[in-house]
Amino acid sequence: MNLIQGLGARVIAQIEEMGAMLAFLLRSFGWLFRPPLRLYQITKQMYCVGFKSTFVVILTALFTGMVLALQGYYSLRKFGSEGLLGSAVALSMIRELGPVLAALMVTARAGSAMTAEIGIMRITEQIDALETMAINSLQYLITPKIVASLISVPLLVAIFDVVGIGGGYIVGVKLLGINGGSYWSSIESAVEWKDVYGGILKSISFGLIISWVCCYKGYFTKMSAEGLGKATTESVVLASVLILMWDYFLTSVLL
Amino acid sequence: MGSSISIQLKGVKKMLGGQLVLRGVDLDIPKGAITTIIGPSGEGKSVLLKHMIGLMRPDQGQVLVDGIDLSKTHDQELNEIRKKFAMLFQSAALFDSMSVFENVAFPLREKRLVPESDVQRYVPNMLERVGLGAMGHKFPVELSGGMKKRVGLARALVTRPEIILFDEPTTGLDPLMTYAIHDLILTMHKTFEFTGIMVSHEIPKIFLISDWVAMLKNGKILAMERSADFQRLSDPLVHEFISVPDSMAPSS
Repeated sequence: MNLIQGLGARVIAQIEEMGAMLAFLLRSFGWLFRPPLRLYQITKQMYCVGFKSTFVVILTALFTGMVLALQGYYSLRKFGSEGLLGSAVALSMIRELGPVLAALMVTARAGSAMTAEIGIMRITEQIDALETMAINSLQYLITPKIVASLISVPLLVAIFDVVGIGGGYIVGVKLLGINGGSYWSSIESAVEWKDVYGGILKSISFGLIISWVCCYKGYFTKMSAEGLGKATTESVVLASVLILMWDYFLTSVLL
Repeated sequence: MGSSISIQLKGVKKMLGGQLVLRGVDLDIPKGAITTIIGPSGEGKSVLLKHMIGLMRPDQGQVLVDGIDLSKTHDQELNEIRKKFAMLFQSAALFDSMSVFENVAFPLREKRLVPESDVQRYVPNMLERVGLGAMGHKFPVELSGGMKKRVGLARALVTRPEIILFDEPTTGLDPLMTYAIHDLILTMHKTFEFTGIMVSHEIPKIFLISDWVAMLKNGKILAMERSADFQRLSDPLVHEFISVPDSMAPSS
């Protein structure tokens, strides 16, 4: 009986947390449509989430494109289809690897920083200080981070796609000797608008997941150093898992 | 007594972590005076303070600010009421990503209370008053505990609020700095005539700066009297708390 009770209590607690997360997101979005529009905060967050993640995204994209070309080349050569390497690299990048890997990198770099920053502000009563000054903490802290992520993550994914395809070109054309013209023309003939559209849609939803989960975990962190460490770990793990799960559902709908 | 009461708590109950911390607090805070709430650690004094500004909402009872029940207000209404308030936190709660100047200027700029040219005049003036005239460019991490408290006080005062809440403003400070902060609060109170509500353990020092003293014990207000009268109360619990018996004094 105790086992069932314990299980039930955990399920109820999980459902309550999901409800709290949803309410947090809706309230944060609600503050976007009430003045003042915090353009300075949004720009600052775009710099933190977007610009500061550019280097790590470029580096990841370059090596992902390169290894994809290397693996693809040896697989396609078995069927004498090396000329399709460009399309294989581009489709993998645009449809899947670009959005997913860029989102995971942003989660690790910017998402964890979001949780830690908001969590420290909670522990040191800076969030309470904002509230006592009649400044809504959701509008001041959370809404700009969500908006900035919705804008920045698709841009980072676009950079990831381009650099990844470029990495594939370096390995496929420059190192393995595939014809450069056939690399680009196979991309042109294989990639359709719906592939690009699907990638953009994924990247926007991933941007939302990252900012939502990481801000929530920071905002409701336990009031201790251990609690903050736990919140940061949980935010990265939960956001990463949700990204991969949501990617599967979105792919099955888009295909 | 109507208009002479600034904040009124009626039967406020609050449960935290499965424990009933406030068990029906009734308290009237007089307008324009400094009221200090004393009581043993862990009794919920800071929790009580947070109820007065709507950072926490009671499970039962009412918190009335100028007659408006905080527990029935929406976010926007609550923000309007909070414009009357300022709060000095135990940790000072300065924004660590901003300089001292930016911290003090923050409420003025956010609420657009005055033009930027006035911000540039008001903030150095306020920093001068709290004895930190040359510290505007420093960041909170570069300041001592006492300095942080003084910056917090400057930030609280810069908007000329009607009510200021002080959450243990001298905890962790040396006796000289404690005296300096108390003196500053008293001087500022005489200048700006705000309603001050302070949570403190600094007995007997608080009797010198408080107009009223209230004691929280077992989740209720045990007594509230004018400062001079409070010290003469015969209640054994009050007496025990405000005068450390010889038997409890550390032996040499």
